[in-house]
Amino acid sequence: MTFINYASREINCKIVYYGPGLCGKTTNLQHIFDSTAPQARGKLISLATETDRTLFFDFMPLELGTVRGFKTRFHLYTVPGQVFYDASRKLILKGVDGVVFVADSQEERMDANIESLYNLEENLQSQGYDLMKLPYVLQLNKRDLSNIVPAEDLATELQRKGEPVVEAVASTGQGVFDTLKAVAKQVLTELRKG
Amino acid sequence: MDASARVVFLVDKDGQEIASQGEVGNLDTTSLASLAAGNVAATGGMAQLIGEKEFPTLSHEGEKESIHISVVGRLLLVVVFDERSSLGLVKLRSKQVSQQLAAMFDEIAAGDYDDLDSPFAGITDEDIDSLFS
Repeated sequence: MTFINYASREINCKIVYYGPGLCGKTTNLQHIFDSTAPQARGKLISLATETDRTLFFDFMPLELGTVRGFKTRFHLYTVPGQVFYDASRKLILKGVDGVVFVADSQEERMDANIESLYNLEENLQSQGYDLMKLPYVLQLNKRDLSNIVPAEDLATELQRKGEPVVEAVASTGQGVFDTLKAVAKQVLTELRKG
Repeated sequence: MDASARVVFLVDKDGQEIASQGEVGNLDTTSLASLAAGNVAATGGMAQLIGEKEFPTLSHEGEKESIHISVVGRLLLVVVFDERSSLGLVKLRSKQVSQQLAAMFDEIAAGDYDDLDSPFAGITDEDIDSLFS
């Protein structure tokens, strides 16, 4: 739920990056962190294992500017992608305003994408959300690799409701801000509905 | 109520900071709020696995700085304190003030806010686009 603090005149929205293990969720956040002016963002908190796999979540606050006199701040979270961290993934979806599903474009990760997408729908439901009603973007990541599924085929398989589809190479930053923009716009448009 | 604490925060269970009071200085309050909520969510998950509803308080003691968290309805009261105070005093004061806060939140929740105008009802596509230009 978008959090509006009338006292400090701030809107805080929570965006969660979801997807299978090693699809590039943390890399998305890392790129946003590296390319944003320090005054517009807070620290990138990474709760990761010793081998740099996300253990609980990554978190980064990002300030976009002012709308109607209210400071607009997005809290970006990633979930741990590995299958056995499901309990943690559920917790991170609490209070979510928008979801980015980061799909791994490699052929051999197709099943993992589908499994993770089902898992997202299930976990959203368990928290009382419906993916069909939530601001949502599908990012097709790792488009620079050679063994990838064509974008149209991936979209056919993974697109749920005509959501924006963004092709990306998170490691170089390609498509990262387009993805963020697409989900942030939907979240702010939801605010208009009240 | 004085607990001789360094800083006190009210945080939403989803990790949003609502208010802070005390020696905030250059403390990263946004990250602290997010991690406190993550911490409570994780221990709450553990509680449910062993048949408890939740753990209503959490304490972390460091060499110099410590943190005490109390769950008050859907909010968290986070107290950061150092050697000027003690865990016992902070626990006692947190418990006392939690009851007052719970009563206050109930009163707020019972209020009628239907006539409160959303400042975003008139938000335009241009307003939204301007954030990304």
